[in-house]
This record gives sequence, structure tokens and C-alpha cells, in this order.
Amino acid sequence: MTWNRKHLLDIESLSPEEIMTVLDTARAFKAVGERAIKKVPALRGKTVVNLFVEPSTRTRISFELSEQRLSADIINFTAEASSLKKGETLRDTARNLEALNTDFIVIRHSASGAPHFLARVINSSVINAGDGAHEHPTQALLDMFTIRERKGQISGLNVTILGDILYSRVARSDIWALTKLGANVTLCGPSTLVPREFERMGCRVTYDVEEAIREADIINLLRIQHERQRKTMFPSLGEYSSLFGLSKARLARTKPEVLIMHPGPINRGVEIDSQIADCGRSVILEQVTNGLAVRMAVLFLVNGGKGPLGVAA
Amino acid sequence: MAEATIILNESAIQRAVVRIAHEIAERNERSQVVLVGIQRGGVPLAERLGRILAGIWGQSVPTGKLDVSMHRDDLDQRLAPDVQPTVIPFDITSKTVVLVDDVLFNGRTVRAAMDALNDFGRPKRIQLAVLVDRGHRELPIKADFVGKNVPTSQNESVRVVLEETGRADEVVLEKP
Repeated sequence: MTWNRKHLLDIESLSPEEIMTVLDTARAFKAVGERAIKKVPALRGKTVVNLFVEPSTRTRISFELSEQRLSADIINFTAEASSLKKGETLRDTARNLEALNTDFIVIRHSASGAPHFLARVINSSVINAGDGAHEHPTQALLDMFTIRERKGQISGLNVTILGDILYSRVARSDIWALTKLGANVTLCGPSTLVPREFERMGCRVTYDVEEAIREADIINLLRIQHERQRKTMFPSLGEYSSLFGLSKARLARTKPEVLIMHPGPINRGVEIDSQIADCGRSVILEQVTNGLAVRMAVLFLVNGGKGPLGVAA
Repeated sequence: MAEATIILNESAIQRAVVRIAHEIAERNERSQVVLVGIQRGGVPLAERLGRILAGIWGQSVPTGKLDVSMHRDDLDQRLAPDVQPTVIPFDITSKTVVLVDDVLFNGRTVRAAMDALNDFGRPKRIQLAVLVDRGHRELPIKADFVGKNVPTSQNESVRVVLEETGRADEVVLEKP
């Protein structure tokens, strides 16, 4: 059991043991979600601010429900209806929130490094719910949880991440987690979206989709991040779909026990054939369920920390 | 230099567990009893009690395990505890739940366990069986079945080793 952190800012700085601690803890929280009474008092009396400066639906809902199931009190703060629109800085917004005696701030922000900045200027625990194209640590943790639950282990598996890697914080967090846990990671997609620089993170880059998926145990599909692309990175969605989309014909040439993952939201008919999204090899909805358990585990772990026997500040 | 004294050896532990099982059988209707071991030390003890009671009653006794980490009252004062699985694959409503733990000390684990049990149903009654009661209660909690009362001082520790964890059964009192 190794967890001595006040914040969860990224996967890059976690050890393999710390990642496994989150996964082990999440297993117990998954069981809580399967009971008639799905709530435990672990964060009773604690206040969590969900500071979502960039729009999010599924991650915000998942965090909110996780917090409620841990009995925390919740403040939801969105960019559209906030003082950030009136010119307040992130630092001032966070310090004002903290003046309400908050214990945790869950932050989603379009700027990479925003959670790290917050962690330096405030006293609450900070949890990164996605920062720019940098990291999305809880997504990677729920992906690892899902893979381990289905495959028994992560070490030695061939994992192919297919799609928009360049603009994807999910890809970066997944690459960190998978390589730390000993998986063989292959990246594939249009060359404009999968630069060779990613090889420095310890993975393989290929532009041959057939080769990338043939020996894969896991295929993790990523959505094209239209909102983050400043210019057109490939000719058309139709061309992307025919060159890199997971079609039935392509799926037929993969290992029979391959698992199909996707962080959502899926674009049916673009990166994934509609029927494949609903087939038995797709674990996309299990990822959503496991996301709750993983986020409960993260909140539970970073909560250990403020007293004399707690973690270093 | 830590000083360690064996206060229960293998046969003494076995006798204590058998006696507790008979006391449980004497106090309760057989169809009413379910056993729930508190993670981790209480789990193998609950399983042993279950086997002995099954012999006495001629029928199996539902036995579960309960982790109380999420219900502790000191979560923000310590490192997050290691959470073990909770498995209670039977209905506890209207049953007599015998909570089982290895050592009864300040009583806070038992309070957390009673709180946690509430999430699974409403037992008719809850009883408490422990192998060792070492005193120093901080809450109004008392065991119904005790293997051995061991007077201790606050700074001593009681370590229960059961063969299920790989070594020979023994209970050791360690002085700092």
C-alpha cells in the first residue's frame, strides 16, 4: 500500500505501485456501487469544488456522483456562469473558493499545467480532471482498471492507441500509465496527428493501421478533437474513417479476444463502426462504470493527508 | 529493544475459538446466526467459527467479510487505509449478526463495522466476538464473546498471527 500524495495532478509522476494502489482501492469502491445502498461516509463533512473551466459532461457527472457517493458536499462551478468571464484570474477564483473552506478542488481547464499551478497556490487537494492536451489522469486510471479487470494484468499486453494522439490528453496519460505498467504501446493515426516524437515516451509509432491492430490485445480509439485543432490536420472525416476507422472488415483481422475501448464521446461512423461500438468486445460502457469507482478511490486516497499521521503537504 | 511475550499459543487459540463457538450456539437459534469477519484479522477467525458451528448445528452458517475503512472516523488524520473487499453474499435483515475480530482495543473499528453493516440491511441484533480484549475502550462497546482478556498498557501492541496467513497460530504481546 503506497499512497502519500495530497494531489493527483498527472500520471507521469506516479510510480507503478501508486497506480496499482489506486486500482486496488477502486476494486472495493466498485463493489459499493453494486450494493442497494451505494453511499459511504468516507468524505462526510468535506467540501469538493468541481471547477470546470472547460466544458465537460461525462467527466463532471462522474466526479459529481463519485463525490456524492462518498458523502461529500459539492459546489459546481462552470466557466459559462462564472466570474472568470468577468476577468477574474484562475488564482483569485480558486482562492475565493478556498475561502469557503473547501477541501478538494477538481479542475478541468483548457490550459496545460493549470492544476499544477493551483496546487502551488492553494491549500486544498487538487485533482486534475483534464488539462489542455497535457493529461487526464483519472481517465488513464479507469482505463487501466478496465484492462486489468478484463485481462487479469497489464504487463505484456499489446495496446494500440488509434486516432488523434497529438491533441489528446487521454493518450498522454494512457501512454504514461501503460508503459509504467509494462504494456507494449503502439500509436497509430494520420501522420499529422501522430508525430514520431511520441517514441520518446517509450512507445512505437506506425502509420499502417492493419499492422497496428493485428496483434493488439486492446485497441483504444480516440475521437478527433475538432475543438482543439487549430487547422485542418487531414482532408475529411470520410477519408479519416476509411483510412483509420475501426470497420467490421478491420476488426475481422484482429485477435478474437481483442477489447475495444474508447474514452467517449464516440463519433459513430467516424473512428468506430456503429455496430462495433455495441458489440461484445466493446468495453466502452464498462469504462464509464469503472470511472466512478476509480474517482471515488482517488478522492479517498488524497483525503488521507491533513492530520498528524497524514501525507506530506 | 522490543520485548515479546506469547500470550496464546496454537492450542490455546484453538480452545478459545471452540469455546466461543459453543457460547454462540448456546445463546442463539441456529437458523438466525450469520458471521461477519472484520478485515483482515477477523476474517479467518469468522471462517473457523463457521466451521465449528456447522459441526455443532449440522448445517452451514453464512459467513461474510467486512472492510470498515470507508466508515472510519479518522480518515483525514492518517494515510488512507488499505481497503480490502467486503463480501456479504446473504441478507442480514432480521438475522443475528455475530461480528468477529481478532483484537478489541479502543472500539472504533467495531463502531465503524456497525455503521457499515447498516448499508447491507437491518439485523435483528448484532453481537461481538473477539479473540483478545486488551481494554482501553474509547466508546461504550463491549464484546459478547471473548477468547482471552489481556490487560495491556496503551503503548504495548497485541499481534495475532493465524496460520491462514502463512505462519503458526500465536498471539504475542509486544512491549516497546
